[in-house]
Amino acid sequence: MKRKIVTVLVIVICFLLQCTVFHALAFGSIRPNLLIIATSAFGFMRGKKTGMLVGFLSGIMADVFWGSSLGLYALIYTLIGYLNGCFRRLFFDDDIKLPLALIAASEMIYGTFIYFCIFMLQGEFNFLFYLAHIILPELIYTILVTLVLYQVILHINRGLETEEQRSASKFV
Amino acid sequence: MKIKNQNTVPSKYILFILVIVCGALLISERFVDGGGPLRWIGNYTVVPMQKGINYVGRWMSDFTENFSTLEEMKQKNEELQSKVDNLTIENTRLRQEQYELERLQELYKLDRNYGDYEKVGAHVIANNGTNWFSSFTIDKGSNEGIRENMNVLAGSGLAGIVTEVGPDYAQVRSIIADESNVSGMILSTSDLCVVRGDLQLMDDGRIRFEKLPNNDNTVEVGDQVVTSHISSRFLQGLFIGYVSEINVDANNLTRSGYITPAVDFSELQEVLVITSTKQDMIDAGKKAADSNEGE
Repeated sequence: MKRKIVTVLVIVICFLLQCTVFHALAFGSIRPNLLIIATSAFGFMRGKKTGMLVGFLSGIMADVFWGSSLGLYALIYTLIGYLNGCFRRLFFDDDIKLPLALIAASEMIYGTFIYFCIFMLQGEFNFLFYLAHIILPELIYTILVTLVLYQVILHINRGLETEEQRSASKFV
Repeated sequence: MKIKNQNTVPSKYILFILVIVCGALLISERFVDGGGPLRWIGNYTVVPMQKGINYVGRWMSDFTENFSTLEEMKQKNEELQSKVDNLTIENTRLRQEQYELERLQELYKLDRNYGDYEKVGAHVIANNGTNWFSSFTIDKGSNEGIRENMNVLAGSGLAGIVTEVGPDYAQVRSIIADESNVSGMILSTSDLCVVRGDLQLMDDGRIRFEKLPNNDNTVEVGDQVVTSHISSRFLQGLFIGYVSEINVDANNLTRSGYITPAVDFSELQEVLVITSTKQDMIDAGKKAADSNEGE
């Protein structure tokens, strides 16, 4: 129960930061995508199910407040959470390379998906422009933020895990 | 027990269900306003937090402004004073013209005045979190009488249009957003054009205009562009911006170019919402016409 509340809190805080504080911290009108970091971090730390549900919740919030159609962000975030969950077996706490690579890949998939589903269907075929001006800058900024935010999420997860182990061993 | 529980439903089925749910949501949007209940939840959970963060932010920017030096204030004051002088001169000139206009309008029996729309002030509490779209959330909603398609001004210029309304918040799409289209008019020549937001120009803070007829009227850099009378959603005569570049298109029939908007979209804090929509005005006009016919 406590884990659920903490997870939802992390998502809500990421969402709030992304649409308020990070607007002021934008570099060249590019903001990092904190929801992707949360979704994929929970994915590879906790597995497919948690990743999916975290992604679904993040996506629904993005849909209601930022999107034009309900369900599109929910779909891509759910898929990203699931895909990251597949890498749970390769994940170790002390290794930062895999998380960085996974989050970068998630960002890339997310950006390309949004381009294909919204902009290409509107007849904007200049993919390289969108790649160079939005997808890649967002990816780089997100990676920079990951270096900080990931540590926080990791720390929270570790704290929750030790607590759960302690309460589990009490019963045994 | 817990472990057993996790093994009962494989995660691919959950994925399958969630994907179906997303697809259903996407399809249902065509037929019903599916965001309703979610918007209601968001209104009482997320929006108050956004308001709180925004309140702290405003307090902090006020606080830092207090530390600007006296010299800066003096300089600003001088600038503003000269601006006031200029505006006063212009105002007297305009007022003279206004009298003349009123007299002529009376002669023509045109009594509609487009200049004075009723407005409500609102704070911008959040921005779009993605880099693909440009919209913002304001802290007033249907409880304060905000409705869809109301026009939003910031300073002297048009900022956007309300696209979605919750009980205590409203979503505004700005005119620089990629999906925004506004029917505009060059003030000096009364030629119509289409003002389109473009993601490729969004970080320059410019917008495109298109389909301006390539006739004998000369349009110069610096000319004012306002919303036109033919738009079905934007009220007439709202200031959009100045022409910053103009070219004749390859087809030689139309002209297109760029507009520098009057609003600085990177630093929006307070906006004004016009409380009557174009549809209200059309309906009112129709009613008046009907009653005239009845007589």
